[in-house]
Amino acid sequence: MSFIRKTSDFVTGTARMAFLGGNKVYYAWLGLLLLCIVQAGFAFANQFQHGLISTNMRDSVSWGFYIGNFTFLVGVAAAAVLLVIPAYIYDWKPIKEVVLFGELLAVAAIVMCLLFVLVDMGRPDRFWHLIPGIGHMNLPSAIMAWDSIVLNLYLVINLTVASYLVYCAYHGIHYDKRIVVPLVILSIPMAVSIHTVTAFLYNGMASRPYWNSAILAPRFIASAFCSGPALLLILFQILRKVSAFEIKDEAIHKVAELMSYAMGFNLFLFGAELFKEYYSNTHHLVHYEYLFAGLHGKASPIAPYAWASLIFAIVSFFLFLIPKTRRNVVTMNIGCVMIYLSVYIEKGIALIIPGFTPDQLGQVYEYVPSLNELRVAAGVFGVGFLLFTLMVKVSVSILFDRPQAAAHG
Amino acid sequence: MIDHAAAPLAIPEPPAKGHTRREALILGLFALAGAALTTGCASDKTALDEYLQKHFKDLSGDELKAVLARMEKKYSEQYGKHVSVSATPPLEGVLFGYALDLSRCIGCRRCVYGCVEENNQSRDPQTHWITVLEMDKEGGVNLQDANAYYDHETVPAPGKFYMPVACQHCENPPCVKVCPVQATWKEKDGIVVIDYNWCIGCRNCIAACPYGARRFNWGTPNIPADELNPVTEYLGNRPRQRGVVEKCSWCIQRTRKGLYPKCVEVCPVGARKFGNLLDPDSEIRYIIENKRVYILKEELNTQPKFFYYYGL
Repeated sequence: MSFIRKTSDFVTGTARMAFLGGNKVYYAWLGLLLLCIVQAGFAFANQFQHGLISTNMRDSVSWGFYIGNFTFLVGVAAAAVLLVIPAYIYDWKPIKEVVLFGELLAVAAIVMCLLFVLVDMGRPDRFWHLIPGIGHMNLPSAIMAWDSIVLNLYLVINLTVASYLVYCAYHGIHYDKRIVVPLVILSIPMAVSIHTVTAFLYNGMASRPYWNSAILAPRFIASAFCSGPALLLILFQILRKVSAFEIKDEAIHKVAELMSYAMGFNLFLFGAELFKEYYSNTHHLVHYEYLFAGLHGKASPIAPYAWASLIFAIVSFFLFLIPKTRRNVVTMNIGCVMIYLSVYIEKGIALIIPGFTPDQLGQVYEYVPSLNELRVAAGVFGVGFLLFTLMVKVSVSILFDRPQAAAHG
Repeated sequence: MIDHAAAPLAIPEPPAKGHTRREALILGLFALAGAALTTGCASDKTALDEYLQKHFKDLSGDELKAVLARMEKKYSEQYGKHVSVSATPPLEGVLFGYALDLSRCIGCRRCVYGCVEENNQSRDPQTHWITVLEMDKEGGVNLQDANAYYDHETVPAPGKFYMPVACQHCENPPCVKVCPVQATWKEKDGIVVIDYNWCIGCRNCIAACPYGARRFNWGTPNIPADELNPVTEYLGNRPRQRGVVEKCSWCIQRTRKGLYPKCVEVCPVGARKFGNLLDPDSEIRYIIENKRVYILKEELNTQPKFFYYYGL
């Protein structure tokens, strides 16, 4: 069979697997995601027609919910692949599957990242100005230019590895380790670099004391090590129930244990940051006051979220630290949800908004996302989750439901 | 200036672009799918030329002429009067500098509105390149207690002093450093400029500027035709588009022709001074060498060419 023939066979075959043979829950889930996407299409049309004035961002708070979500998802994308390291070290049984699902999650997360950047741009139609060769990239000085390079490279690497693995499994052939192993190894430093570069984007701006802290990048990595695996742990448990996917309990508990260390480190770094700000008590403290309380006697709309994030982080840290609670299915899953929410708030809300409040001239603009912004964001998540769902469905069908694949897997 | 009072959606529909919701949806999807298609929808040579226009610095002499002619035609048609668009090069041997006398400024905001008229800022939504901060004389320069939204019957208010802030035209501009596409840069005469046709609207420069000097066109900028200043500069006061960043250009359309910036001209108390830093006999040099000078956020090493001073 020629390569073209094989590829077209692969495409039609996987499309069939993606959309056929699911149960009711599967189609309901797909329907829900489609609904999210369609309503977001209208919201985005509104934004496209009127401009970003349909968001609640203004010159004072010039980045908001979109860029917060972008930052969070870079962390998810990075950590999904970093799970390869413990999977290898602790010799979990299905290492290939752990790698594959991690990479699929990374692909979906990066797609969401790029979409969040695109919907945040004033002139998305001019994205070609950023393409090397055609456009005019500001290298080496602009971190955002570097970020667009590493994110796209990371997407390509993960997409290549994941589709190659699935392609080989589909045709029942053995994948070539000389292709896969170097790419997987390359993707590990790439995972660290995407989140570091994204942290540097904020970190490098002296105009924003809230971000201008050397431990921002380590904090990003530590929190990402919590949120990415939290998603994968829930996914692994679902897959274990509905497919032939196997993963040892010990592996899941080990991930939870590693997450507790990451969360502990994350809390330590945050504590170090808090100490510096509150003890030195300079004017720069205003941003933390806005985060946790409010300014000029007015309560901050984000303070309840900030406290929730901190409490979730502390509770989940103990849930995952104590062996008894991390081995209990219920408390472990509660911990996963709490960690996910904690990091989501930390990156999505608590990182961006206080950085801009008060603004560079001390003015306070109370930003909360507009309904239109929330709707567009829901659509971006819809696209990402839909992509991830379809990719996982195809992979599961190929890896576990087809006898010849199992024989070669 | 950020208009807190303006309702986010209280923007009149741009008359020229009456897309239906459905058309807008399609356009939106096209924008996602590929920008070339978006322009294809417009099926209009001018729009295509505009879309494919190169970076300002990459334009050859002839290409620049064609671009300027295209813009003159477009703006003249749009506003129903002749609008000129030039690209005046920097003057040799000139490095501009600005000084503002904090002891004279009375906070009347004539500079703010003089600037709006001269530089064709949007009237609705309202865009101001100059922000005037009101602070307590007792407290000195403390931005955390500054109020940009003061609204008195008469100024100066007792016990208050005023600090107008606009682009500081830094020698070491953080906004230029972070722009991913080099849509903003520092010219030879020290003016930090923006190519509105190259800006992608990512707003990283707004985040990076320590002086809150940059403005984003959140909605479609709107200037009544009879109020448009028809003498415009490519890198300065020509009408802007939605979704791009703008800021003070030290009236590049005036200063490169030997005129003072508008704010200097309209200031009723003579608090604003402008000149050539390379000319040892200039007033600006005299002020820097002889007065008590204050540089805003000096510790950030942005090296502004904007000097606050106490003249009295």
